[in-house]
Amino acid sequence: MFQILNDYSSELLEGFQITLISSVIALIFSLIIGVLLAILQISGKKLFITLANIYVEFFRNIPLLIIAMFFYVVVPVFWVPLSGFAAGTIGLTLYTAAFIADTVRAGILAVPKGQMEAARSTGLTFIEAMRYVVLPQAFKIVIPPLGNQFISLIKNSSVLALVAGFDLMYQGDIIASETFNVFDTYILIALIYLLLTMPLSYLMRYLEKHWSIN
Amino acid sequence: MEHFLEAFSWINMRFLLEGLLITIQVSLLSIAFSFIIGGILGIIRYVKIPVLSSIIGVIIDIIRNLPLLLIIFFTYFGLPNMGVRLNIFWSAVAAMAVFQSAMLAEIIRGGIVAVPKGQMEAARSTGLTYTQAMRIIILPQALKKMIPPIVGQFISLVKDTSLATVIVLPELTYSARIIYSQDSNLVLPMFFMITLLYFLICYCLAKLSVRLDRSLS
Amino acid sequence: MKKLGTMTISILSGLTLSLLSACGTQDLASYDILERSQETASLTWGVKADTPLFGSMNIETRQIEGFEIDLAAAITREILGDDAKVEFIEVSSKTRIPLLKNGNIDAIIATMTITEARREVVDFSEVYFEAGQSLLVHKDSGIASIEDLDKSSVVIGAKGSNSVANIRELIPGITVLELENFSEAFVALRARQGVAVTTDNSVLYGLSAQDPDYIVTDETFTVEPYGIAVNKNQERFLNEVNKALQTIKENGTYDSLHEKWLGSVINRND
Repeated sequence: MFQILNDYSSELLEGFQITLISSVIALIFSLIIGVLLAILQISGKKLFITLANIYVEFFRNIPLLIIAMFFYVVVPVFWVPLSGFAAGTIGLTLYTAAFIADTVRAGILAVPKGQMEAARSTGLTFIEAMRYVVLPQAFKIVIPPLGNQFISLIKNSSVLALVAGFDLMYQGDIIASETFNVFDTYILIALIYLLLTMPLSYLMRYLEKHWSIN
Repeated sequence: MEHFLEAFSWINMRFLLEGLLITIQVSLLSIAFSFIIGGILGIIRYVKIPVLSSIIGVIIDIIRNLPLLLIIFFTYFGLPNMGVRLNIFWSAVAAMAVFQSAMLAEIIRGGIVAVPKGQMEAARSTGLTYTQAMRIIILPQALKKMIPPIVGQFISLVKDTSLATVIVLPELTYSARIIYSQDSNLVLPMFFMITLLYFLICYCLAKLSVRLDRSLS
Repeated sequence: MKKLGTMTISILSGLTLSLLSACGTQDLASYDILERSQETASLTWGVKADTPLFGSMNIETRQIEGFEIDLAAAITREILGDDAKVEFIEVSSKTRIPLLKNGNIDAIIATMTITEARREVVDFSEVYFEAGQSLLVHKDSGIASIEDLDKSSVVIGAKGSNSVANIRELIPGITVLELENFSEAFVALRARQGVAVTTDNSVLYGLSAQDPDYIVTDETFTVEPYGIAVNKNQERFLNEVNKALQTIKENGTYDSLHEKWLGSVINRND
C-alpha cells in the first residue's frame, strides 16, 4: 500500500485537492442558495413559499448522480460545455442547497418568536431584524447540522468520479485499474477520506455538546 | 418532439421498469437488514457495554464518514478477499445495509437518549427488569420519535441505489444508461423518465412519513 | 480520558485496516476451475454488454449478444459438451480483472488486449481477434488521424482500458477523460466533452454504427490482440480453452461467427 502512495503521490494529491475544492465551492454556494430558500419559506408570501418548496422537494427526492450526469451529458448538448468537475460541483451545490434550506429554516424557526417581535419594536425592519438579531442566533443552532452537511458534501463529492471529475475517488479508480490492486488502493483512498471527514465529525460532536449547554 | 414521445415505447419502458423493480428490491432488503442490524448496534451503543460499545462506536464512525461509493466497491471487490463471495445483487444489498446500519445505529441511539430519564426510573419502580423496561416502555417511545429521520434514511437509500450502477447492478439508472447509450435521441427522455420515477417514489415515502408521524403522536 | 481511548482505537483500526490490506491480496480462485466446471457443467464468462458486435445488451430480450458471447458459448460446449450451461456476467474494463481474481467469473472474454503488464496478473489464451487502436470522431471534426491530435486535445477513454496508456505514451501530456465504460465515453463525446473516443477500432465501429455522425479514423496506431483471460494457476483450464479455440478455428465455427458479427467490419486477424 505504501508503494502505491509513493508511485501515485501526485495523482492522489490532485484528487485530494479537487475533492476539497469542489466541496468548499459547493458548500459556499449551497449555503447562499439555501439561506435564500429558507428566507423565502418563512416570508409568509404564498408565491415565494411555493417556489421555494418546489425547489426543495424536487432536489431532495432525486439522486445526486442523476443531477450530476444531467449537467455532464445533457446540458453541454443544449447550452454550454461543462467539465466533469463543473457538472459535479453544480450538481452538488443544487442538491445540498435543498437540504441546507431545511436546516437553516429549522434554525431560524428555533429562535424564539419573541426575538423578532422585540427587534421590530425597536424600529428595525424585517431584513435588519433578521440580520442583526435572528440570524446570528439561528447560526449557532445551525452550525453543528451544517457541519454535518459539509461532511456529507465531502462524501457526496465522490460522485465526481463517475463524470470524470478527477477527484479522489476518480484517482482511486485509475490507480486500481493500473496496479490491478483493488483492495489496497481503495483502503488508501478510504484512509484519505477519513482524514478529511473524521476530524470534522468529532469537531461537530464537540461543538454540539459545547454549544447546547448555552 | 416525436422523438421524445417515441422514446417511451413499451420495449424501453419495460426495460426501465425491470430496472425499477431491482431498485425497489435492493432498497427493501437493505432497509430490512439495516433496520435490524442498526437497531441492535444502536442499542449496544446506548447500553454502553465496556469495550464492545467503544469498538462498535469507532466502526460506525468510520463507516458513516466514508463515501457510499467506496463502501460499495469494498463490499463487491473486497469481501471475496475475506472469504465471502456474493453476486452483484447481494453485494449491493450488503453494501447499502452496511452503510445504512451505521447511519441508523446513530439515529436509534439518539432516539433512545431523547426519551426522558424519568421513564426508565418509573418503569423500574413498578418492578420491571431493565430489559423489560427497555422493551415495553423506552424503545416504543424512542421509535415514535425516530420515524422522520429513519424514513429520511430510507429515502436516501432509494436514491443511493443509483450508485450501485458502478458495480453493474441492473437497477433503474443503469437501465436508463443502457437505453440512451444505444441511441443518442433517447438521452433526454430517459433522464426525464427516471427523474420522474425516483421523484414519485421518494416524494410518496416522504408524505407517508409525515402521515405516519402524525397518526402516531 | 474518553477522547484518548477513542483516539487509540481509531489509530488501532487504521493499523488493522493496513494489515488487512496486506493479506487482502491473495486471490480466492484457488480451486481448479476445470474440475469445478466439469462437476457443474457450466462456465461463467465475464463479457461486455455495452459494446455492439462483441457484447451488447439487447433491450428487448434482455440478453447480451455478440461475437464474444457466441464464441464463449462455442468454447464452453467444446470443453463441457453440448448440454453445458453458459453464464454471462457483465464486466467493464475496470471490473474484469478484479472479478476474475475474486472467482466471480471463470474467464474473461471482453475485448481484452493481451499486454505484458496484464500477463503479470492473469494468463491469456491464444489470440482470437486482432484489432488496432483508433479514434472515433465527429465527421465534421477535421480529425483524420492521430497526427491531428496534440497535448492540448482532450480524448475520452474508459477506466481500465490499455488504450488510455497507449495514447498517453504516443502523445505525452494529453488529457484523457476516463469514463466507466465505452458507451458512457460515447455519450460524453456526443456531449462534446472531448474531441475523440479512443480504443480498439472494433469497439469503435460498433459505436459508430449507432450514430452516423461519428466516424472511425482509418489508420490504427497500435496492434491490439484479444485474448481470453484466465486466472493464474489454472493451467489445465487454460489448455482446454486453447484446445477448444483451436478446434473451433479449424472446423469453421469461428469463421461463421466472424462472418455473422464482423463481416462488415474492417479488421486484421489471423
